[in-house]
Amino acid sequence: MKQNVIQFLRLCFYGVVIRPILILMLGLNVRHLERLSVEDMPRLIAANHNSHLDALVLMSLFKLADLPKVKVVAAKDYFCRTPFLTWFSMNIIGIIPIDRKGGEQDPLAPVLSALDAGYTVVIFPEGTRGDPEKRQPLKYGISKVLEQRPDTQITPVFMHGLGKSLPRGEAMLVPFVCEINIGEAVRWDGDRTHLIETLGACFDTLEAELEPKEWL
Amino acid sequence: MSGFFSEPVHIGLAIVLGLLLSASVIVSVMRMRDEDNQYKELSDRVKSWWVMIGIFSLALLSSPNVSVVLFALISFLAFKEFVSIIPLRRADRRVLFWAYLTIPFQYYLVATGWYGLFVVFIPVWVFFLLPFRFLIAGQTDGFLKSVSAISWGLMITVFAVSHAAFLMKLPLSDGSVGGPALILFLAVLNQGNDVAQYVWGKLCGKHKIIPSVSPNKTWEGFLGGVGTTAVLSVLLSTILTPFSFGFAIMIGIFLGITGFIGDVTMSALKRDLRIKDAGALIPGHGGILDRIDSLSLSAPLFFHMVRYFYGAG
Repeated sequence: MKQNVIQFLRLCFYGVVIRPILILMLGLNVRHLERLSVEDMPRLIAANHNSHLDALVLMSLFKLADLPKVKVVAAKDYFCRTPFLTWFSMNIIGIIPIDRKGGEQDPLAPVLSALDAGYTVVIFPEGTRGDPEKRQPLKYGISKVLEQRPDTQITPVFMHGLGKSLPRGEAMLVPFVCEINIGEAVRWDGDRTHLIETLGACFDTLEAELEPKEWL
Repeated sequence: MSGFFSEPVHIGLAIVLGLLLSASVIVSVMRMRDEDNQYKELSDRVKSWWVMIGIFSLALLSSPNVSVVLFALISFLAFKEFVSIIPLRRADRRVLFWAYLTIPFQYYLVATGWYGLFVVFIPVWVFFLLPFRFLIAGQTDGFLKSVSAISWGLMITVFAVSHAAFLMKLPLSDGSVGGPALILFLAVLNQGNDVAQYVWGKLCGKHKIIPSVSPNKTWEGFLGGVGTTAVLSVLLSTILTPFSFGFAIMIGIFLGITGFIGDVTMSALKRDLRIKDAGALIPGHGGILDRIDSLSLSAPLFFHMVRYFYGAG
């Protein structure tokens, strides 16, 4: 299929289907949306991971005009189960499939090449979704990306609520308002451990600002 | 008069739009000299009013069932906001799914005008059966808290709001059916009362009523609002309702008081949860719960007053 047809389908998918559904069914309560720019490339958007909906919600936050410049990292074993789903995930949702089981190839290579191609890449530095609404320790993968592409900025995004709406292992969606807090960009300062600590502290601040309602 | 203004609802909506237009003019004049941006929120508020009144007017003008769907949507958004701000247990997720499903059913009862079931479905059937669904979930710690929170939430966001929608189907003693004019009457008086209490409070508010719950509420605001609502009730009732002069005054005062009680009830909830607003859906107003707090009490009480004094049979 021609690239501009796919691009049109993608804008329709987000603009006409996903965004209205998410806004109506869940409700997105976003703070500091202006921090989510795609202008100064290259850029990573780093978010905490609670639900399969995370990727769709994060993509919906971008202006439609910016969408062609954004991709989201997603689990290959979930998003590429069938040939059609693979096509749909890659072209319409706009995922970069990552092999979680660690195939023969370097799992970060696709992220690096997307950054090199000028994309803003959404990643989940916790790796897996884990227990819903419980933050996992950040993995070192994101720091390896920065080590190899030191110009990259990281914009941290903290989300709360999707893990209540659709947590791991549940098929039934129950609407809860999704709270989102976007932080200031973090830059590479030459040390991987320090980067992970800085990013972790950003997430702590963003979470504290939201005062999320945890399960009792 | 003929054409557009032959229907009472059209005259009513024209009055509302006239009021809104004058509010917009006043606020934009205030904004002209507003160097330190202190009227930004007020301006946002008026802009949001345009959107809300626009949607509401379109629904009232199109067909009764569109209005019913709009109120169902309001219930859904309000209930969603409610369950998102209260503390719940993970086990309550599945119960909530069923709680959400009461919304389409309750509004189906409104659309079909099935009064007998409409009025008992949530307070009787859901109220007694939902706890059973909670105990199937198997977690007894926090059982009472969750059951009471969800039940109360369904009452104020679904049961109460659906009464405003049922005014559309309410058979009256003169042989007519309530219709959009009655809904408009309630909506204008209820929301107008909120605005009037706010404005009177700003203009001459001094003596606080319940500072521990709502520090901005004053006796002056409350009484000024009730008086304004009573006057508005007399004026609008001649166009929109079959009410007598005496009943119009009484129901105006009544709506002023119930609006106030609904408002401070929600304030108490928010204070308990230590939040300022229930959401951020409506710029300048907060969440939808913040907007319908007074309606959630006024709608069922107004409905039953009208049904008792003017209902058929």
